[in-house]
Amino acid sequence: MGNDRIDEIIQKHHGEASALIQILLEIQSEEHWLPREALERVSEKLGVPMARIQHVATFYKAFSLVPKGRHAVHVCMGTACHVRGAQRVLDTVQDVTGVGPGETDLDLKFSVETVNCVGCCALGPVVEINKKTFGKMTPAETADVLKSYE
Amino acid sequence: MACLHSPGDLEKRRNELAARRAAGTPCVSVCAGAGCVASGAAEVIAAFRAELAAAGLAAEIDVKGTGCPGFCERGPVVVLYPEETCYLQVKPEDVPEIVARTLRGKEVVERLVYRDPATGELAVREGDIPFYKHQERLLLGVNIRLDPKSLDDYLALGGYAALAKALFEMTPQAVLDEIKKSNLRGRGGGGFPAGRKWEGSRDAPGDPKYVIVNADEGDPGAFMDRALLEGNPHSILEGLIIGGYTVGAHEGYIYVRQEYPLAVENINLAIRQAEEHGLLGQNILGSGFDFTVTVHQGAGAFVCGESTALMTALEGRAGEPRPKYIRSNLKGLWDRPSVLNNVETWANVPLIINRGADWFTRYGTPGSKGTKIFSLVGKITNTGLVEVPMGMTLRDIVYTIGGGIPGGKAFKAVQTGGPSGGLTSSPRPGR
Repeated sequence: MGNDRIDEIIQKHHGEASALIQILLEIQSEEHWLPREALERVSEKLGVPMARIQHVATFYKAFSLVPKGRHAVHVCMGTACHVRGAQRVLDTVQDVTGVGPGETDLDLKFSVETVNCVGCCALGPVVEINKKTFGKMTPAETADVLKSYE
Repeated sequence: MACLHSPGDLEKRRNELAARRAAGTPCVSVCAGAGCVASGAAEVIAAFRAELAAAGLAAEIDVKGTGCPGFCERGPVVVLYPEETCYLQVKPEDVPEIVARTLRGKEVVERLVYRDPATGELAVREGDIPFYKHQERLLLGVNIRLDPKSLDDYLALGGYAALAKALFEMTPQAVLDEIKKSNLRGRGGGGFPAGRKWEGSRDAPGDPKYVIVNADEGDPGAFMDRALLEGNPHSILEGLIIGGYTVGAHEGYIYVRQEYPLAVENINLAIRQAEEHGLLGQNILGSGFDFTVTVHQGAGAFVCGESTALMTALEGRAGEPRPKYIRSNLKGLWDRPSVLNNVETWANVPLIINRGADWFTRYGTPGSKGTKIFSLVGKITNTGLVEVPMGMTLRDIVYTIGGGIPGGKAFKAVQTGGPSGGLTSSPRPGR
């Protein structure tokens, strides 16, 4: 991401330091992670010290300081999904992608995360891939869905 | 639609909408809440549009994606007006049959209707389904009747009448008195009387003041606020503006968790629509009252549902709570008096102003009035959202509304208040 695009995002939020989290969210959603150079630019433009930006970037779960895979796989482990077999679904995700929660495979294909409730509890167990929700998942269906991603 | 400059303009607009939508106009409502969308609601809506166009009925029958009515287990949920015929688990391939038999032939497609598992009886109308019949859906009931992306839908159902009433017929003190009299208590779990919280902020020194919607619904298993934000965003906005008027705040914030993208989209759209029509911004409805609202998206931190942590996050910092020697309604966001209430609390405000505290206090227990939305999930027959009067027993919620435990298994325990709440075990979930 070039500095021009970062400046554009900052401009959209009127260059206000209070919008730091909103600005980082936009960068994260476009880049799938927060590269150091981007954070330095934000720090310079907003006049917020790098230490505080690092604090914010490591505090919130939505941010990543390492590159993420092309497909974000979120396995819900919330109570409702848990009692309906979320662990078996997560095991399958690990088998198919070869990586566990918080990890990204070497080809940068999948990043796997566990989340605590996406608010579709009636459909548990739920898996979200790139923000598309798949409900009432069985291990076999989970494997099929994952295999459909390139 | 033009900007509304006075309560008269608002009423005129409402009458025009009412004239256009005379009772009995056919309409297909498909739940487009997150749960039903995950079950394929978008495809069902597209199928209805295509099928009605092919049948030459597109001009006569309106198709709308609506808010969540609560019965997520059986989604996608479709309700056909004016008969209120309710079809469950509708698939795109069912649509041609529904159009031919129900919309044209006025017959019921029995296989899509709710069938009581115990008696085998059919419940054709939405209100006849046992899951709904024992609820008191003051808030959730309108969701299936309105498209959350349409301001006109909200206006047609009486939207912003409470705002006009508050701004033009009531002083801030009168609004506060009404809220206090209603004994509306915080729906986020704390149960603090909203009126007392508002009064504290109003009387506190410091300017500007803020009003804030807490939509950081993070407890696993809970999606009540999600349904309200996604399904009826204008009602929350209206409540917030009335709150601002009451405490003397001109700025409002809505903190929505990042995991709810559709809620963020719908509330942002609602704000834009309200601004365009003079219901938000400078000189609302010509009253001289100014109010603006900013949406702040969370970034995935469970603790930000706590009021002081949330306010710290709004300031652009890591959302860590602070000790509350001084309550946040006296010193909150930027150390200014800040009223923070839950989504559901704000959504109740227009109802109370419209219909009065005396009406509101007819529901509930002596200590707690009105209704409460619960998310009923896990190993239970009818999963979804339920809205019941305060004081209903867990037994009634689990058995009468929830249909009990699937597969005839024994009840073991129910967890209330999310993972930080307690477990009430068998054999007597009496209260």
